[in-house]
Amino acid sequence: MLELRGVNAGYDQAQVLRDLSLEVRAGEILCLLGRNGAGKTTTMKTIMGLLPLMSGEITLDGQVISNMPAYEIPRAGIGYVPQGRRLFTGLSVAQNLEVGLRARNSGADTLEEVLDLFPRLRERLQQPAQTLSGGEQQMLATARALCLRPKVLLLDEPTEGLQPSMIEAIRQVILKMRADGIAVLLIEQRLDAVLPVADRVAFIENGRNGETLSAETLRGDPSIAASYMGV
Amino acid sequence: MELGPYILLATLEGMITASVLALTAVGLSLVFGVMRVVNIAHGEFFMLGAVIAWCVAQMLGGHPAVGFAAALVIAPLLVGSLAIAADMTILKRLDYDPERTIVATIGLLYIIQQLTLMSFGPEARPVQPPFNTRIALPWFEMGADGFKLIWPWGLGTTTYKLFVIVAAAALLLAVRLMMTRTKIGLLMRATQADREMALAFGIPVERIYALVFGIGAGLAAMAAVLIVPIQQAHYLMGADPLLLSFIVVIIGGLGSLPGTVVAAILIGLSDGIISVFFSPTLAKILATLLVGLVLVFRPQGLFGIRSV
Repeated sequence: MLELRGVNAGYDQAQVLRDLSLEVRAGEILCLLGRNGAGKTTTMKTIMGLLPLMSGEITLDGQVISNMPAYEIPRAGIGYVPQGRRLFTGLSVAQNLEVGLRARNSGADTLEEVLDLFPRLRERLQQPAQTLSGGEQQMLATARALCLRPKVLLLDEPTEGLQPSMIEAIRQVILKMRADGIAVLLIEQRLDAVLPVADRVAFIENGRNGETLSAETLRGDPSIAASYMGV
Repeated sequence: MELGPYILLATLEGMITASVLALTAVGLSLVFGVMRVVNIAHGEFFMLGAVIAWCVAQMLGGHPAVGFAAALVIAPLLVGSLAIAADMTILKRLDYDPERTIVATIGLLYIIQQLTLMSFGPEARPVQPPFNTRIALPWFEMGADGFKLIWPWGLGTTTYKLFVIVAAAALLLAVRLMMTRTKIGLLMRATQADREMALAFGIPVERIYALVFGIGAGLAAMAAVLIVPIQQAHYLMGADPLLLSFIVVIIGGLGSLPGTVVAAILIGLSDGIISVFFSPTLAKILATLLVGLVLVFRPQGLFGIRSV
């Protein structure tokens, strides 16, 4: 579904990603694991066109998206849940979702479906986004991305700093998206948060590809992860 | 005449300054809020609005109302298009870098000013108001037999001056409705909140920027068309609105439209009243002092939200 081939990218003069290749298939959860600064978030920003590509190619469903202007990329069907949520402050919950709906001209039925996944948001539609609790903000950030009816969902540490019940709620939604055939690319810091949901795990080290393993293999022998994750 | 009528007169003059200032400053505030661009050339967009109003009135001739009505439409459109062109050819190429755009808009200021001097000339040129009936205002007096309305000599205003206040208020309301109720307003506010996320949700940020820069300049031009029948068009007239707009935007809170309007009324009224009783220079000194105090004690402005 989503494929990165030999991607080199970074910030101005500082190159972060070096010849990185990845493939996320429809209906699977691929987890990106690596140390702080390994280039996980940079990978997502590069997919979204927020960082310039130095070389390489990114395709969605066979269509090259890496040469599109940044605002066309979500319209092609990529939903992004960024690190730190980054909601539109000053806009209400309903308006945040509306921005998501407009990106691909999704209708009111999409909004209803998304709100059924997150009933707590329905009660807070008119509330300013920044007044929500941390967990609700994460729900809103996820819901906003789902309003695009994405083919690919990028989630950057969606459970960071949340209480266990919220983590479980978010996890259930991610599993449901996989069941619906969406390709999910997930970043998490901790291996134990990843293993129960991931289908495959791709390690990334200093912006380069490490091994890509099935989650089965890792569950059998978690020590493989230690060399990539450090202590 | 006692003191009361003078204060009423000064307040009315202050209200005119305030309403035109509010329009100009809201344009500046919109550009800063959404684009993070400090537009030093904003006063020149104001001046161009006045100059174009004069040109349109000259070309059309006939009843002053015809030229005025045409200017109210043509001036903001022309100035807005010029601003959009400046955005696409200059600001966009600088990547909207905060420091470089300041230098670029200073350059734009001098280019517009000198081109106007070369073509329009150094004279101040008047524009006829579309209507200008004098209205005498009443004052009350405590006589032997209680309250009594009197009509002091010199206490009055004109229909046009009242129209300026009403028109500015209507335009401000329209801007507010655009920002809160329309699709384009939603996209502008989302861009203002987080430019990168706006891109990640399919908002064509560069087009939004061009539009905002055009609307900001158009608002300044409209304010100038409203004031030019009272003030005359001159190629240096942009300096005062620029200074006052910055004062208002800083006091009101950068990027906050309600704060900008409240601060414009505050500064406009005090400017009017202090100018009548003391001197215009003192009014500017006090306004600048107020900016200093706001920056020291409440850096985010009266209505601004302190960024987290």
